[in-house]
Amino acid sequence: MQASGSTFTKRASIAIHDTRLQSALGHASGGFVHKRALQVAALPEFEALRERAHSVKEHVLSNLDAYLERYEAQVTRQGGHVHWASTAQDAQRIILGICRDANARIITKGKSMVSEEIDLNAALEAAGHEVIETDLGEYIIQLAKEPPSHIVAPAVHKTREQVADLFDKHHRPLGYTKHLTEVSEMVDEARQVLRQHYFRADVGITGGNFLIAETGSSIIVTNEGNGDLTQTLARVHIVTSGIERVVPTLDDAVTFLRLLARSATGQETTSYVTLSTGPRRGDDLDGPQEYHVVLVDNGRSKMLGGPFREMLRCIRCGACMNHCPVYSAIGGHAYGWVYPGPMGSVLTPLITGLSTAYDLPNACTLNGRCQTVCPVKIPLPSLLRELRRQQFESGLTPAPIRFALKAWAVFARRPRLYHLKTRFGIALLSMFGRQRGALSWLPLAGGWTESRDLPAPQGRTFQQAWSARKGARP
Amino acid sequence: MSAGTSDGRARVLADIRKSLGRSAAASVAIVPLSGNVPRPAFDGDLIERFAAKMLEKSATLARLATLGEAGAEAERYVTSVGAGRKLCVSKALVEIAWPLGLEIEHRAAVREDETSITPCFAAVAESGSIVTLSGPDTPSTLNFVPENHIVIVHASQVVRHLEDVWAQWRASGQAMPRSVNVISGPSRTADIEQTIQLGAHGPRRLHILLVAD
Repeated sequence: MQASGSTFTKRASIAIHDTRLQSALGHASGGFVHKRALQVAALPEFEALRERAHSVKEHVLSNLDAYLERYEAQVTRQGGHVHWASTAQDAQRIILGICRDANARIITKGKSMVSEEIDLNAALEAAGHEVIETDLGEYIIQLAKEPPSHIVAPAVHKTREQVADLFDKHHRPLGYTKHLTEVSEMVDEARQVLRQHYFRADVGITGGNFLIAETGSSIIVTNEGNGDLTQTLARVHIVTSGIERVVPTLDDAVTFLRLLARSATGQETTSYVTLSTGPRRGDDLDGPQEYHVVLVDNGRSKMLGGPFREMLRCIRCGACMNHCPVYSAIGGHAYGWVYPGPMGSVLTPLITGLSTAYDLPNACTLNGRCQTVCPVKIPLPSLLRELRRQQFESGLTPAPIRFALKAWAVFARRPRLYHLKTRFGIALLSMFGRQRGALSWLPLAGGWTESRDLPAPQGRTFQQAWSARKGARP
Repeated sequence: MSAGTSDGRARVLADIRKSLGRSAAASVAIVPLSGNVPRPAFDGDLIERFAAKMLEKSATLARLATLGEAGAEAERYVTSVGAGRKLCVSKALVEIAWPLGLEIEHRAAVREDETSITPCFAAVAESGSIVTLSGPDTPSTLNFVPENHIVIVHASQVVRHLEDVWAQWRASGQAMPRSVNVISGPSRTADIEQTIQLGAHGPRRLHILLVAD
């Protein structure tokens, strides 16, 4: 999908005042954080697994071409087809071609963030195909005509009342007339509605969490079983995956599986991990007749050669957004594209352009929780800082901020001047704030003091207090 | 295949190599990367761990002394969950003497099937998982289409880690099957308000028959 046009600040402001969204976000983030913490505490090897995952990914990235070629050869040997898409448009074109050759009318889909990235549903629908998302969360947002707001829990921004209303509207014509109030009823109704589609589908499209070079297998990691029904019951199975998802061996995949479910949903394992290798064999009773993998580059190979290479280790677990105070306050839609939170703030400018997503790298407190919980140790705050630096270099940073940064640099390079200025400033603020003990307005910082007071300084700078104490502990 | 596909391949590989600063592919053997490969350690009996982990993941489990008891247990089970007496059973289990009261069919699953019975290739103690390989006798629809999935696990099939399953598969000399399913509990979702609900799209119930021999 296209990056949204309105500004981040505007969307964030709307999100903060959306009480239903705030209620939905309240349900979500705490649960993910708590469950993950329990799983990590129960696994002494977690840190060693992160180290190992880091090394395996770095090894693969250094030899990405060779591993992809090896993977491709294995898929081909098993009777599958590998397609290479340099851009999102190429990926759309390839998938439309496969669907056309298969005379496809109905297309079921398992959850795939790459398909969101390449805006696949819009392209398929424009070509006249009926597209049905089968992951419950994806199905809900498809009915709502919204993008996902979380990479693991796409409908996390919806309350049960909103889901019930959507089902009223879309299921009533199918004969489901009861207004639902319980989550269990909603899950059951969606199960019944979606079931017929799996058996009618011509093409089933899924993502690929990992691609295994050793065997030519693609892996999906799921809880619902919809991905398996999607890929087993359709005539043609198409896997969409980023080129960075390849791992060398079956054993390497296990290292990542141990990290993924714990980091994503706080589960030890998901209900299902499925390895798909080629189409139905000659004497098989079920399975698709064709198996295609579309490897999507879309900016990844460029990232490989620059300062953002480490982002290619990402396994799309969502832990960074679950632990992000900004994401928890505004939800995923405010980020304006398919990838939200810290990983999205890095990926979106790199895929859609530094200028179209100017605000994202700046909407971060650099508190570092994302890096601390990242299962593959991506230094997200450093990558966001690097994006800010590049924005500054290329003149994208707005003039007032550039001026302020330059002014600050003048002082920062001259320690004496800096100390003089802070001594003067602190004394002044102390004087003005003495009566209340706080300042409710600051020149040039009205935005900051609009919603909070600045506690009045005590009158001396840290340096002054330190030298008075001569370094002695209190 | 269209000409565009091979162009795409050349372009993606060229872009990768450009970023890696080389002009041709470096050959990499598919061997385990050296260094420490951590596997979660645990004490105690593997079979008991497997059983406990399966229960933790919302499966149910019955312990059988011999495979011969599987038929009676299957009959008891379908009655207890209120399912019909027609069962879609993997052909690999054709030797079992099924009770006359059950209608047994060996085929892929269809929409109307309520209950399936399958063997497994191995079971994993670490996570509480069963692993199935698809094949002519073990169609993977049996694992996903019916509401109730009954799996026969022999105690001797329980291994410590998933890596041990891969080692067993490599040693067996079998070709990679179309589908390998690692199943750890019934289908579930938490997509509405993070409320865990069993039976999203796949089986609502997973019942393990753990055979002692």
